[in-house]
Amino acid sequence: MADDFILELDNVSKYFGTVIALKDVTLRLRRGEVHCLLGDNGAGKSTLIKTLAGVHPPSTGQYRVDGKALAFRSPREALDMGIATVYQDLALVPLMSVARNFFAGREPVKKLFGLLPVMDMAHANATAVQKLADMGIAVRDASQLVGSMSGGERQCLAIARAIHFGARVLILDEPTAALGVKQSCNVLKLIHTARARGISVIFITHNVHHAYPIADSFTVLNRGQSLGTFAKADISKEAVLEMMAGGSEIQGLFDELEGRAA
Amino acid sequence: MTVIEETLGMSKAGDASPDERVRRLTAWHLLMGRPELGAIAGAILVFGLFGVFAGDSGMFAIDGVMNWAQVAAYLGILAVGACLLMVGGEFDLSMGSMIGFAGVMVAAPVMYLGWPAWVAVIFAFAGAMALGLLNGYLVVRTKLPSFIVTLAFMFILRGLTLVLSTYFANGTIISGVGDRLADDPIVRTLFVGSTGAWIFHGLASLGWIEVLAGGEPVVNGIPKVILWWVVLGAVAAFVLARTRAGNWIRTVGGDANAAKNVGVPVKRVKISLFVFTAFCACLFGVLQVADVGSAAADRGLQKEFEAIIAVVIGGTLLTGGFGSVVGACFGALIFGVVQIGISFTNINSDWYRVFLGAMLLLAVLFNHYIRGRAAAGK
Repeated sequence: MADDFILELDNVSKYFGTVIALKDVTLRLRRGEVHCLLGDNGAGKSTLIKTLAGVHPPSTGQYRVDGKALAFRSPREALDMGIATVYQDLALVPLMSVARNFFAGREPVKKLFGLLPVMDMAHANATAVQKLADMGIAVRDASQLVGSMSGGERQCLAIARAIHFGARVLILDEPTAALGVKQSCNVLKLIHTARARGISVIFITHNVHHAYPIADSFTVLNRGQSLGTFAKADISKEAVLEMMAGGSEIQGLFDELEGRAA
Repeated sequence: MTVIEETLGMSKAGDASPDERVRRLTAWHLLMGRPELGAIAGAILVFGLFGVFAGDSGMFAIDGVMNWAQVAAYLGILAVGACLLMVGGEFDLSMGSMIGFAGVMVAAPVMYLGWPAWVAVIFAFAGAMALGLLNGYLVVRTKLPSFIVTLAFMFILRGLTLVLSTYFANGTIISGVGDRLADDPIVRTLFVGSTGAWIFHGLASLGWIEVLAGGEPVVNGIPKVILWWVVLGAVAAFVLARTRAGNWIRTVGGDANAAKNVGVPVKRVKISLFVFTAFCACLFGVLQVADVGSAAADRGLQKEFEAIIAVVIGGTLLTGGFGSVVGACFGALIFGVVQIGISFTNINSDWYRVFLGAMLLLAVLFNHYIRGRAAAGK
């Protein structure tokens, strides 16, 4: 059932000189699922994202989209295939309006007096507000500056923008990392909405409590290697946490702390 | 104090809107969000002040108006270029030196190499824009602050201007070029003198403006520099506000990395802006040579700072990403009114620079306040 997967990494390794950033990692993203990529700092998450996004070509192994092996030469090519990555910096400009940010680099253009090409602000405003409303984010005024939005709203804006510009696969790099509880909740809701519209999501995080409720499956990375992919039914939250943190090590620490407290 | 209370009161009203995710934007907020507000308010203030202190001195008679409008127009041309560049997140400190250098690029070939005036003018524009390209290329290529790169060119160009004028004219002034420019029909049409004399003759015959002893009206047309300023300002304001390129300039200045990630050609935008500022500086230089009739090594001295001050008074942030061409034009207008107006009052004109420095400080404080509000979302 290879065609069941929209995106596959097959035994992918990535070397930077003598550094082995990724070693034989296999990751398969089913169509329409939320796949959580978990790992502690230094586990190779960033390298894996950049490989998926087309920034780094794999050193060995195969990258397949819709079952076909591909070699992206630039992130732009991945984007053209509908694979959109929302990095932590979100690529938003705080001093620009919601609409100007939403369409930055892909401005809608109309002809003024049938002659002068101008940015179609009316269309940009209406579309930005509409698309954000579809995702459950109420912005009444598209000329509001992004700087006046909360971190959660900005994250949602970046995700909504990626979806509007034809993302089939959303790669979200720690979207809840800098957010409070309620704002994280809004982002998780948005991921849920995206899945309901048939978009496949790779959700990178080191927070199991955010990952577990929303994910359909998990891949855990540790020191550049995959510890395996698990369906939600097959694994408990505790088991994921334990695997991520290096298992026995952290258990030992917990025991020690509890023992001392007792 | 009332302003602050008013704002607080209004944001409270905003919080009370039925949907907690929807903020109500008041007219006050929208007004405060306009970058050019400060400059327009400043211009009104300055007009008011001079209206009181110099209202009956002839400053606001037609010839007085042309006088300060011309000063404002020269600076305004420069400020329009500097404004777009600063919204794009960069500086050009070589603009003032470029004015002098462009003047020599026109005058020396005409006077000493026998070139036709129109060829020399094209040569000057091409040369200036090539230097702008070099400035821009060095900035985007080395990723050094444009402050340093263009500071280097400020000295290089000023020095070259002196070297060339000494080499050709054996002095710091190349004179006699004015007549040669006026003799060339293309150059005369575009850059020399004023236009629209018939309007003023008409107005004079209606008795609306004063007439000199010889029957000529006191003002015999609108200086072309003013027309250039208006046209250039209108085009640049339109580009920044309404076009795709305008959105790119804002994005590049706001966050160059974000701009790159959303597919904006950051390097091309920045280099184009440096070329445009060089064009503006050259236009200043050519118009001045045509007006004064000579090129000189000290032309445009410190104009880069005046342009930056006008742009900052106009509400453009020094950090880029936010600003207004209309604001910059009002900033230049304030300059012109103050510089000329002060001589119409009994205030000692030594106070001119004090006033400008104070204006700049006020404008920066005001911008800082606005930006803080925008970032904090108040």
